[in-house]
Amino acid sequence: MESFVSHSGIAAPLLQANIDTDAIIPSREMKSVSKTGLAAGLFANWRYTDVDRRIDNPDFVLNQPRYRGATILLAGANFGCGSSREHAVWALREFGFRCIVAPSFGAIFRGNCIRNGVLPATVDEAGFDTLAAAIDRSPKPDLAVDLVRCLVSGPQGIVLPFTLPAEDRDMLLEGLDEIGVTLKRMTQIEAFEALHKPRRPWLFRSRVAAS
Amino acid sequence: MGETLFDKIWNRHAVTELADGSTLIYVDRILLHERTGAIAVKSLLEAGRQVHAPDQALAVIDHIVDTFPGRTDKTLMPGGTEFIRETRSATRLAGIELLDIDDARQGIVHVVSPELGIAQPGATIICPDSHTCTQGALGALAWGVGSSECEHALATQTLAVRKPRALRVLFEGELGYGVTAKDMILHLISTHGASGGAGFAVEFAGETVSALSVEARMTLCNMAVEFAAWTGLCAPDEKVFDYLVGRPYAPDASQWEAAVADWRSLRNDDDAAFDHEIHIDAAAIAPTITWGTSPQHATAISGRTPDPAAAADPVARQTLARALDYMGLVPGQALEGLPIDAAFIGSCTNSRVSDLRAAADVLRGRRVAEGVRAVCVPGSTPVKIAAEAEGLDAVFRAAGFEWRESGCSMCFFAGGEHFAAQSRVATTTNRNFENRQGPGVRSHLASPATVAASAIAGQIADVRKLAR
Repeated sequence: MESFVSHSGIAAPLLQANIDTDAIIPSREMKSVSKTGLAAGLFANWRYTDVDRRIDNPDFVLNQPRYRGATILLAGANFGCGSSREHAVWALREFGFRCIVAPSFGAIFRGNCIRNGVLPATVDEAGFDTLAAAIDRSPKPDLAVDLVRCLVSGPQGIVLPFTLPAEDRDMLLEGLDEIGVTLKRMTQIEAFEALHKPRRPWLFRSRVAAS
Repeated sequence: MGETLFDKIWNRHAVTELADGSTLIYVDRILLHERTGAIAVKSLLEAGRQVHAPDQALAVIDHIVDTFPGRTDKTLMPGGTEFIRETRSATRLAGIELLDIDDARQGIVHVVSPELGIAQPGATIICPDSHTCTQGALGALAWGVGSSECEHALATQTLAVRKPRALRVLFEGELGYGVTAKDMILHLISTHGASGGAGFAVEFAGETVSALSVEARMTLCNMAVEFAAWTGLCAPDEKVFDYLVGRPYAPDASQWEAAVADWRSLRNDDDAAFDHEIHIDAAAIAPTITWGTSPQHATAISGRTPDPAAAADPVARQTLARALDYMGLVPGQALEGLPIDAAFIGSCTNSRVSDLRAAADVLRGRRVAEGVRAVCVPGSTPVKIAAEAEGLDAVFRAAGFEWRESGCSMCFFAGGEHFAAQSRVATTTNRNFENRQGPGVRSHLASPATVAASAIAGQIADVRKLAR
């Protein structure tokens, strides 16, 4: 997985709270068994006035010239709540987003971000409001994100710390293949299994035929 | 200090603590469905890896399969067939059992798992589906993940998880007539917000919860995710043990006593402490319905929509105004009496036999109002068959409901069937997001009884006002 150490780019604001993954990637846009081919479906119901013919809605933030080429999303609280669909992150990533800055995230969505090299940077509410206002006022809505020092730097000299769990930071900084890392522990896992399964064998019945 | 129920299940499954402070948790059961599961298995196999324990996984076809009688894998949803066929081939290659469309056990994954006895007290269960928390009703630790985490679990039988904090929601007192588990959870989310459970494993407890049937507890736990909780669960009791007797994956006769003895230990120690507690008086809960585009936008059936002008900050005002606009409502508008275009009874929230009985009790001898499209999708094929054996299908049909094969159906819109654009739907599902049930569709979440009463009235209705 591509690592994330730092990134600078245009930040687009989508400030309402509780933006759910159905809004990020409508079910109808999950068209194949694939992690790609999703960028065109990102925010489809908001981004297009005609979803089928892909006619852009000029009022939607990502269609405004000022925010074209945005690679950072400034989002409201509980961003990515709702359905677990990892397609929401795949769509954001494919569209070009590398980082999302928000006061909070849906838990499953947050985990999905980490596993796809997208940084979910949690900032406090007051700092978030200040940053959003500065982005709005600034001639250029640029942000710089530093994962080593966990800082977001914006217009007017604003510097805001962000948080994320240590294990997630490590995974992003190193571009870790999480499965590969855990597979190195299989002896330990199998040793656990060898005690756990005989102790509670009723949890492990299998292959029971349909009646 | 003593352990909570959550602590006990967590500690029993902790393989090791990791250097960063998270825990490697052993996963007893991995459930999959065609929408997000095929990609997980496919990705694993393409990386040249194997499923560690195929016997501990089970896949079902539920999400994009159609529900009209005679359905096949040639779905109304464009590309749906590919999802089904890729799931078949991936599970076959991996040696994972699949409950295919015509399997007698087929259904919505979170209906099927408890039904088969896979969801059990003390089990750790994951699925790439946000409503996995439903299964916490059986005293399991069950949570939703993305496809990549699912892939990790399939490869290693574990997940690295940072332990959530513990929240207990205590419901005390008796529910009034016409008030159900669905109303309880909508009440909680509307009073404490869609983020109220963020970072917590939520235990639902108290006499009100104890008085609920196991199926009703599933409704309660189902929407824990809409409360932003990591999961929801209830302590297992005699009702849960009785529920599990004889189910195919439940302990067999030779294991039963040992299992129940173990299950009885799955309760909070007397000196266990929670990080946070919420107390709710059951008498304060009325039949509840959503008015907006988040499950937190809910009110008692006699309530009114809010006024955005009264909101704290500009963004909140804008959000409320936007929700009202999408829903075609104005500030201070009554919910009761709002004409509806459709009624939907189904989904992993409310599609089990007790849900269908509750709706049938309202529908019996009555007719759906003129112009209202009414659809009922039983949660699984066994639910459908059991309902038919009780004659519930006849009640639904006589009232004017379509009676379908099982699946997730019109809980969401994936390009197949959907309610007409801008239609107002009374629905027993769990999400009223913009466009969730179709382009511009206006979803009002409620209990089966409220949805049935509204279908008959042709408008949002208070089930308590109907003659019993």
